[in-house]
Amino acid sequence: MARFVVRRTLSALALLFATSVVVFGIFEVIPSYNPARAIAGRNANAETVAVVSRKFGFNKPVYTQYVNTMRLIFTGQLIDYNDQLNVVDQFKQRFPATLSLVIPSALIWLLAAIMLGSISALKAGKFADRGLTVFAIVGVSIPIFLLGAVLLYWFTFRLTIFPNTGYVPLTSDPVQWANHLILPWISIAVLSIGFYSRVLRSNVLDMINQDHVRTAKAKGLSQQRVFTHHVLRNSLMPIVTMFGLDFATLLGGAALVTETLFNIPGIGQYEAQAIGNLDVPPILVGSMFTAFFVVLFGALVDVLYAVLDPRIRLSG
Amino acid sequence: MAERLLEVDDLRVSFATEDGIVRAVDGISFTLDRGEVLAIVGESGSGKSVTSMTLMGLTRGPNARFEGSAKLKGEELITASEGKLQRIRGAEIAMIFQDPISSLSPVHRIGDQIVEQIRAHDKKISKADALDRAVDLMERVGIPHARGRARGFPHEFSGGMRQRAMIAMALSLSPSVLIADEPTTALDVTIQAQILNEVKELKEHSDSGIIFVTHDLGVVADIADRVIVMYAGRVVEQGTLDEIFYDPQHPYTWGLLGSVTRMDRDPPKRLPSIPGLPPSLVNAPKGCHFRPRCPHAFERCTEVPPLEARVPEAPDHLDRCWLEVDDKRSRREVAGRIGLVQDTTVAA
Repeated sequence: MARFVVRRTLSALALLFATSVVVFGIFEVIPSYNPARAIAGRNANAETVAVVSRKFGFNKPVYTQYVNTMRLIFTGQLIDYNDQLNVVDQFKQRFPATLSLVIPSALIWLLAAIMLGSISALKAGKFADRGLTVFAIVGVSIPIFLLGAVLLYWFTFRLTIFPNTGYVPLTSDPVQWANHLILPWISIAVLSIGFYSRVLRSNVLDMINQDHVRTAKAKGLSQQRVFTHHVLRNSLMPIVTMFGLDFATLLGGAALVTETLFNIPGIGQYEAQAIGNLDVPPILVGSMFTAFFVVLFGALVDVLYAVLDPRIRLSG
Repeated sequence: MAERLLEVDDLRVSFATEDGIVRAVDGISFTLDRGEVLAIVGESGSGKSVTSMTLMGLTRGPNARFEGSAKLKGEELITASEGKLQRIRGAEIAMIFQDPISSLSPVHRIGDQIVEQIRAHDKKISKADALDRAVDLMERVGIPHARGRARGFPHEFSGGMRQRAMIAMALSLSPSVLIADEPTTALDVTIQAQILNEVKELKEHSDSGIIFVTHDLGVVADIADRVIVMYAGRVVEQGTLDEIFYDPQHPYTWGLLGSVTRMDRDPPKRLPSIPGLPPSLVNAPKGCHFRPRCPHAFERCTEVPPLEARVPEAPDHLDRCWLEVDDKRSRREVAGRIGLVQDTTVAA
């Protein structure tokens, strides 16, 4: 176990380093990209741009700029070029909104996918299965921006059930918090429900014909227990892998579209603005933030794997 | 007379497949009493496993059709409700499966798997008591350090130990009927002998009736009281162990007996075998199913021979062969022992 933790920590550091270099490098090779001009403002003359460039060190060699930027990130002093806000502070302030969006949504999609995938497998070939198959294909194919827009149009403007976008912190009003977030939760969940339920369906159908499931039946267990303790239990492994990765990227700010569409002041919204403005610091920090979660959840998934399947041993 | 446990009467099982109807079991009748070992012998696909699994309702499915009857202590199993079958499975009829590697759950501890079965039928027993019972059972079937081993997972057990665990599990509720479906096939020869000894031990020390499904006649000679020989879904011969081994009536049985290598005779130059392959059950040959591979076949064999007593002095010795008894007795002698003449005209 100690070996596992050490090796994973080392690989995490390596990945973070690689991510930062690659993202930093991308902006160096973008033609006619000049952050000094962005900072100096639209009407700045050449002299002002030059002053800004010197002040931020854009005239220094690339590696010096890289080292400087990293130092600023880890001392919490990096500011974005667009609004001159402290990037690390922005991430800290915005993270609760992203958590509020991602965690409940993840629970919704997990529960729904397990339920629908199981029903689909148990009723394979029947009407319910066909209906769920269509739902899954639609769910996987529909883009989030379209689904979100349609939900907003119907439930906010036409039926006025939910408030018109925005975000209320959980700590100030839990009911309003949920009320504002239900549509975004659904928008994110639908894609994963479709995808996960399909994967689970085929796993369950494989598992049902396994010898040890026949043994479970032969023991005189109820159909329910055979399903939950033997079939489903063994079918969840691939779901765990998918979930770790999806959850990690969403926490890292992958809900760009949803947060923008529903005006949720989370990391994704900040990232979306930064990408629009080619604002390097938030993009850089965001990429490293995502990479961190991907590595962390990758390790957690491996631990969970070892718990779920005793045949698997943890090794770096 | 010992209590009658099972009474199977003209049981037929067929499955609808994309290629057509598969008659997996085309009429089988037998009885099983307490303390008795009934062997069902045949090649793969002969219907022996389907027969035993049907008794537990494990072949039920949207494509399966059942006819005939199978009664456990007078209660019908074929039409029994799923709830009733659940109470019977594991408690009244228990099964030892062929491959203990795939038949045990890979993710549950051995002890927990046995406990799960005990608690499925005895709702009042505590987990700790059930585990004590599981450990006792594991000791009884020869698993050393059972208390500690109960916490192990199947992949931490050797093949023989896994099969012992499987037997312990099957015995956990002292079932009346124990079905062993090729319990030694997946094991090493040395382990096979140990497992067989466990089964013999059971025969002597429990009053269960045992159905032993196998393709190994050597094993049958060792433990069975009565034998059913199946071929391509049909019973071709059934009788007592002595009747089947010393006065076999069906050429297929001769072939099976002829293919057994024996330590007490000079080894043959070449291992005898039955040429050809068992027929497809979708498109079975007309008449006797063994006809295409039988060197003794004649015109009448295109008509299905009924399963009936043909040896006058043995009314319970049934077979499905049109040949006259005396004719059979002379035809089955091949080089001083029972066998199937190697006929080169039979398509290999």
